[in-house]
Amino acid sequence: MRVSLGITTNIHNWLFSTMNVTMASLVEMVLIALIYLTVFAVLGLFLVLLERRVAAWFQLRIGPNRVGFQGLLQTMADALKLVSKELTGTTRADMFLYNLAPYFVIISALMALAVIPFSYEFQAFDINIGVFFLIAVSSVGVIGILLAGWSSNNKFAMIGAMRSGVQTISYELSIGLSLLTMILLTGSLQLSEIVEVQKNGWLIVQGHIPAVIAFMIYMIAGTAETNRAPFDMVEAESELGAGFHTEYSGMKFAYFFLAEFINMFLIAAIATTIFFGGWLSPFGITESLPWLGIFWFLLKTFVLVFLMMWFRWTFPRLRVDQLLTLEWKYLLPINLVNIVLMALLVWSDLTIKF
Amino acid sequence: MERILFYSIAIIVIVFALASVASRKMLRSVIYLLFVLCGIAGLYFMIDYNFLAAIQLTVYAGGIVVLIIFSVLLVHHIELELEIAKFPKQIATGLLCLSGLGVFLYTLYSYDFHVIENNMTTTTQSIGEKLLSYEAGGFILPFEVVSVLLLAVMIGAIVLAKGKQKSKTN
Repeated sequence: MRVSLGITTNIHNWLFSTMNVTMASLVEMVLIALIYLTVFAVLGLFLVLLERRVAAWFQLRIGPNRVGFQGLLQTMADALKLVSKELTGTTRADMFLYNLAPYFVIISALMALAVIPFSYEFQAFDINIGVFFLIAVSSVGVIGILLAGWSSNNKFAMIGAMRSGVQTISYELSIGLSLLTMILLTGSLQLSEIVEVQKNGWLIVQGHIPAVIAFMIYMIAGTAETNRAPFDMVEAESELGAGFHTEYSGMKFAYFFLAEFINMFLIAAIATTIFFGGWLSPFGITESLPWLGIFWFLLKTFVLVFLMMWFRWTFPRLRVDQLLTLEWKYLLPINLVNIVLMALLVWSDLTIKF
Repeated sequence: MERILFYSIAIIVIVFALASVASRKMLRSVIYLLFVLCGIAGLYFMIDYNFLAAIQLTVYAGGIVVLIIFSVLLVHHIELELEIAKFPKQIATGLLCLSGLGVFLYTLYSYDFHVIENNMTTTTQSIGEKLLSYEAGGFILPFEVVSVLLLAVMIGAIVLAKGKQKSKTN
């Protein structure tokens, strides 16, 4: 882990001075994993709270405000309740796959977090194929959903899982292609380098028209990829009960729930890194204070998360055929034309740089 | 450290490969296959060949296994189990596999491997340049042939999927 913040360097040096290299690197890996797990479990809980408060706000309600100050502890209490609940299952379900499915979803979400640069050199795994790694890892998550639906031995769960599979596979294409459009500008797949390129202006400014189109496609596809409304065919309450996780209870249900919110954060975080300059401050106003990077990163990410919540309470749900038409007949052709447009732009040097 | 990692990944790959063949529940063996493919991706990550590892994850884990799961979901019910093959068949398959393994091990041990002292990661840029270069050692011809093949396959799939409706309307 390349970390410039003083405290992490100190811990790194202390670890390597007290034990041999193998042990120290092992301990360091375990520490980083634990920190990521804790931080993102708590973050997931607060995203749930945020979602509920935003929903209430859009519907002119107050929302949860009793547990703790302004309801801040509400989702903590919910999580405690979920932990204490009994784990139920259906008869004649394939118990091995039934128990395995939640882990696929949550592990793929957490693995993708490792490559996100949260601040200057604050990144767990700075791999040279960063963006590609993100796409590769996120394509595994859908297997968990398919397994969950099938192994529950429940028709509704099965239909929900099939819908989710179709949706995720289709929209993954759009996510990949819209990110590829931006890669044309950066010339690198490494996320830290992508942020570095944006010191001459955020990519959405550098690439102006095609970049804005790519961003819109990315946000639509990202919302669909996380199975959120208006693309929540997977768990359309009026048709399918709760979709693929109908038969799950307690902590296993919580894994799916947490993974959904971590995925939402992830989509916003990738958009922040690729389109809005990651941890860079607007116009470089706090360039002398690199530790503020984490603040800018989280600010931008939460604005995008809010945008996704806004989508949820604004648009009505799509039908399955409309969903597929949108992807294959509109987004995909627009995306392909957009890539050519961006290539022409980069070729004739029409990008805006400060 | 690397040795431990290698052997643990190797054991995972071998155990799940055997489980994948031996399991009588179809979807379970698909999942074991997925673990095997992920293990191989892990090996690629270990030798710092990140691009191939990510390809392995996207194409095999994210693409092919998902397609297999889809087809299994469509044809398979949760209570079905695969039937056990007859004993002579089992013997014949076992012998064939053993002879295959023998050939494989013989080739491995008779070849004189050289350890290359290079810790450079292959960058995506060099892969792309190699793929599109038409000089000696470039891969432009196979690349184009594969793309034509893919196009043909795509058109074929569309024709197959649309075939019946067309004959009805005409």
